[in-house]
Amino acid sequence: MTATAEASAPALHNALELVLADVTDRTPSIRSFTFRDPAGNELPPYVPGSHIIVHSGDKANAYSLTGSGVLTAEYTISVLRVDNGGGGSAALHQLAPGARLSVSRPRSAFAPVATARHHLLIAAGIGITPMLSHMRAATEWGHSASLLYAYRQGEGAHLDDVRELCGERLLECTDRSSFLAALGVRLGEQPLGTHLYVCGPQGFMDTVLSAAAVAGWPPSRLHSEPFGTADLDPGQPFSVTLGRSGAVVDVPSGTSLLKALEDSGHKVPFMCRQGVCGECILPVLRGTPEHRDLYLSEAEKTANNSIMCCVSRSRDAGLEIDL
Amino acid sequence: MLSTQESTLTPSARRFPFPFREDSYRYSTNVEPAPQFVPTDAGGWGDRLIEIDPHYGSELEERAAILDRDPSRIAMLPHMGPAVWDTITTLLPVLATDYPDVMCFTREGRRCHWRNDLLGLDIDFVIGDASTLPMEPLRFIGSQIQDDIALLDQREDALWLDAGVITFAADWSLGFDVGMRFLEVHGPVPRVHEEQIITRAQQFLMRLQPGEKFRRTNWTMTVDRRLDTSTETYPEWGPDRLEVVDDPDLAKRLHLRVEVQHLIRLPHSGAILFLVRTHMISLAEISAVPAWRQRLGRVLAELPEDMADYKGISRYRHAAAQWLLGG
Repeated sequence: MTATAEASAPALHNALELVLADVTDRTPSIRSFTFRDPAGNELPPYVPGSHIIVHSGDKANAYSLTGSGVLTAEYTISVLRVDNGGGGSAALHQLAPGARLSVSRPRSAFAPVATARHHLLIAAGIGITPMLSHMRAATEWGHSASLLYAYRQGEGAHLDDVRELCGERLLECTDRSSFLAALGVRLGEQPLGTHLYVCGPQGFMDTVLSAAAVAGWPPSRLHSEPFGTADLDPGQPFSVTLGRSGAVVDVPSGTSLLKALEDSGHKVPFMCRQGVCGECILPVLRGTPEHRDLYLSEAEKTANNSIMCCVSRSRDAGLEIDL
Repeated sequence: MLSTQESTLTPSARRFPFPFREDSYRYSTNVEPAPQFVPTDAGGWGDRLIEIDPHYGSELEERAAILDRDPSRIAMLPHMGPAVWDTITTLLPVLATDYPDVMCFTREGRRCHWRNDLLGLDIDFVIGDASTLPMEPLRFIGSQIQDDIALLDQREDALWLDAGVITFAADWSLGFDVGMRFLEVHGPVPRVHEEQIITRAQQFLMRLQPGEKFRRTNWTMTVDRRLDTSTETYPEWGPDRLEVVDDPDLAKRLHLRVEVQHLIRLPHSGAILFLVRTHMISLAEISAVPAWRQRLGRVLAELPEDMADYKGISRYRHAAAQWLLGG
């Protein structure tokens, strides 16, 4: 599964510089890319279902890793080419082995639930990628899992992989009516304590989730791939006026207010830089902050007289702080 | 001007994580990235994730004896196996990097080699195969570091205390808390719920990304450098808190107890590893650092009654403050 992470890509925080080691065609439109550390070091392990953000040209896109996450000599993603898409899949498809790319560290936003008695994985098309990761991890740790995989005839990516991995635990569907019939059966026969995971086009996920709700599945047992929610978006550029000196500091997209203040020589106390500890609070004299922190209460956020400058930004052009 | 008498400082004072930034103390979500060095009036601390000090051998022996005596100090719900292995494969390389003269970790696929000269240990084991370790995996990693270990699973938009090896608890019980939500574990703490501190802490933890490491400090006081002040042994240590008040040796017996708590998102299981390392220093040792002596005295004198009660120090804290500020 893919999703556009940022329209114009800012520099990735703490990125890995990797070399493209292998390119494999899975279908006419889906290609796998395997990345390695140029020095041959192991890459950071990851939670099953994690994604990485890959920089390609001036675009950045999130792609699911397809390994189990335990043994990480390499990262492999599979990318559906979308010729008119905004995320740079076409540019990626032009890369040849040996290319160097900037790749984010893995981010987890679609993790398996450890207490699940059984994992029911449901994928359509390129949505198979995080499921491959889940299934590999379940197999390695001896957890119970099964896969329902819908794809168009001739366009099923990773079919060999999932067939070998799943054996009897795999059900393939190549048309809508047989998928809906299989879904109905599967939703009704899972043991109590099963968690369901779905990834595919939005319409497909909506179909699965509403069928599960009708079949009586509680929302807490249903998981769909929510790309990009773990990261704050880079935000719009804005300027801030410093009340005491009258100086104006520009804050570009992808740069925090705290970082912009530091870069312009202002010392602001800070600790977590994630909007929780409360250390970097600044009084607001004018304007409307775009609150993105976890520190201020709802009442404080509504009052708009303070801002956590490590994560929050400005809703308008007139932000003025007491600094 | 307060000056520190270098000659009277003990080595543990030089590395002691003195926690107070001001002359008063209130709860806050005081997290910061780890590791990072913090200078203090006596030296500094915090440049390593796992701190090994001269008490290493004796504290690990004490943990082993406690676990033999009371197996309820170690607990693991069945789904936490991968998180325990994740803990092992995360911490052993950190130890090997920070203490290369005495520790070495290598790994090829799932096969690992671990050498710890401090314990005379040299073993090969396979990740996921408990029979290749000299003891159950959670107890094994608890036998390599002085920190207490808790593991929090994340699900249903909450964190759950689902495994741990806790032998040096500051008046709480793993056996009682295991399986609880993070918010439930902190239910008895005064003030923090009105101030949303625990809720914020949980949200922060749930957003930690794999491999991210943060830390905070917490503190209380303990009579006689006793590490095991768990709820289970209350009858052994509870009475000391009253008896110490009139003891002429109060300054030697009363210790400031500081926990350096590390919060680490484990990279593969996604569980939160919560390490609690307990450091203790007597009032007598603190008095060698005049800035600490004065600051702790003021903090103890000012601390609101409900917080002193919860910390279990209300019986003697004014006597301690008097000693620190009077002498």
